Amino acid sequence: MTKTQSSGWGSRVGLILAMAGNAVGLGNFLRFPAQAIENGGGAFIIPYLVCFLLMGIPLLFVEWSMGRFGGRYGQHSTPFIFDAMGKTPYWKYFGVFGLFTNIAVAAFYCYLESWALSWAYYSVAGTFTGMSQVEVQQFFTNHIELGTSHPVVFWVICLFINTWILSRGLSGGVEKVAKIGMPLLILFGVVLAITGISLQASPGGAINDGIVGLNYLWSPDFSTIWSFKVWIAAAGQIFFTLSLGMGSIHCYASYLKSKEDIALNAMSAGWMNEFVEVVLGSAIIIPISVGYLGIEGVTNFVAEQGGLGIGFIVLPNLFSDWGTFGVFAGLMWFGLLFFAGITSSLAMGTPVMGFLEDNFKIKQSTGAWIFGTIILVLGIPCVLSQDAFNEYDYWAGTIALVIFAMVEIVLFAWVFGMDKGWKEINTGADIKVPGIFKFIIKFVSPIFLIVVFVGAIPSILENATKATSVYGWTARFLLVSLFVLVAILVYIAKKLQGSKPYPESNDN
Amino acid sequence: MSTSALILIVITWSSVTFATGYFFYKVLTTPSKPEQDSTSEKSDKE
Repeated sequence: MTKTQSSGWGSRVGLILAMAGNAVGLGNFLRFPAQAIENGGGAFIIPYLVCFLLMGIPLLFVEWSMGRFGGRYGQHSTPFIFDAMGKTPYWKYFGVFGLFTNIAVAAFYCYLESWALSWAYYSVAGTFTGMSQVEVQQFFTNHIELGTSHPVVFWVICLFINTWILSRGLSGGVEKVAKIGMPLLILFGVVLAITGISLQASPGGAINDGIVGLNYLWSPDFSTIWSFKVWIAAAGQIFFTLSLGMGSIHCYASYLKSKEDIALNAMSAGWMNEFVEVVLGSAIIIPISVGYLGIEGVTNFVAEQGGLGIGFIVLPNLFSDWGTFGVFAGLMWFGLLFFAGITSSLAMGTPVMGFLEDNFKIKQSTGAWIFGTIILVLGIPCVLSQDAFNEYDYWAGTIALVIFAMVEIVLFAWVFGMDKGWKEINTGADIKVPGIFKFIIKFVSPIFLIVVFVGAIPSILENATKATSVYGWTARFLLVSLFVLVAILVYIAKKLQGSKPYPESNDN
Repeated sequence: MSTSALILIVITWSSVTFATGYFFYKVLTTPSKPEQDSTSEKSDKE
């Protein structure tokens, strides 16, 4: 195995925006506010930020540096990044999670992304004009129950767009989209946040000012801070929002040059995601929906439908009352969600393309179409049934992330070695990483992750034995088959490589 | 707006916005390093 890098980023800003885009997803706007409401309001921000400092930032450093390390040896996917770091045969099979999770999550996430695309279209077409909230709810239900062919059409269009962009390569496709999508996302978010906060109660219009919703979301219930459930929710949100434990950060970072900074880049991309989530994410759906539905209405809606329901049912209905601006508001809201989604789903495709190119000499464009085809096939159960969607979300989008992150931090800090790891993090760094992070990465983060995993075991056992529909079982079968198939491909790739050892780098 | 909510929102939003702006400003103003990795290529294969 020779030291090589096959392709790279066009610019540093492009990399930061792509990494931030990878992290920023629909959850920043839909999941975070709902989680905050259900877990202590403003008090939720305390465990949330503690988890960001003790688990989020350390894991960002770890994943960025593991990725750059792997890229030095021409590896852009986690099985062989782990293999190079672990130097015992079994580590690469833990790295399988870094391909499995991306494929499985992309399979349901692209469908969700296609909802945003279709809702943007419906907003411009005036579909929601004159509809009551009940009618929008019926429209939404009809959509997800496939009462019309539109969901399938938009899903296929969405898959095609993703695949086509991926086939253009990293700097020619992914980076260009990030450079356009992220600034637009932030612009749309700022406009909608200002609109939400400045909402005024008026006869026949909003029943509350936007500030009432902001106050509702941020009023702290400090009694929740000692609840284990709240800390698990905060840790889960940090995982979800930073796209940790997936393998996509490793892949993006693997295209860096061996002496390029990762410390400042990781902080910049990570904090940009936090800005979008904590500042913009908390200032849109709750202030606007509380303005029109009242606190009780929103509390009930969040309990029943989560943030997704407010985003796709309540807001279109409210926007339709805003006249011409409502059309723009709908376009901005669903455009924002679509950009948030596509910059994440593109990041899920690159590790697969990297794996195929590195190990089977399959061109990136061909790899993109292979990825698109796999997502199409695996996504069919999610389109047909919410049960399958939920199975993918739980096993791949939640549990696999925790397992992967727990393994990678043990590998990095205890097997690869913290001294080497710390040197890796600081190589080429444009900022001084505080020494306390060496201690946090070695001791605090692994313990934190193990506690999170142990805390999740009852839920894992409950979900593993829970009865589900035929679609749910199909999803479980497909997930297991996918993992086994990827593991077999990793085994074959290793055989093709032969017994050539990974050379020690001379760059450090 | 309640005082506790106001304090939380001001502290959180200002610190997150400051950190985001600070690190992105550092990215924009830090000069790029000279090419040190002779094995790197920057061209996409596609």
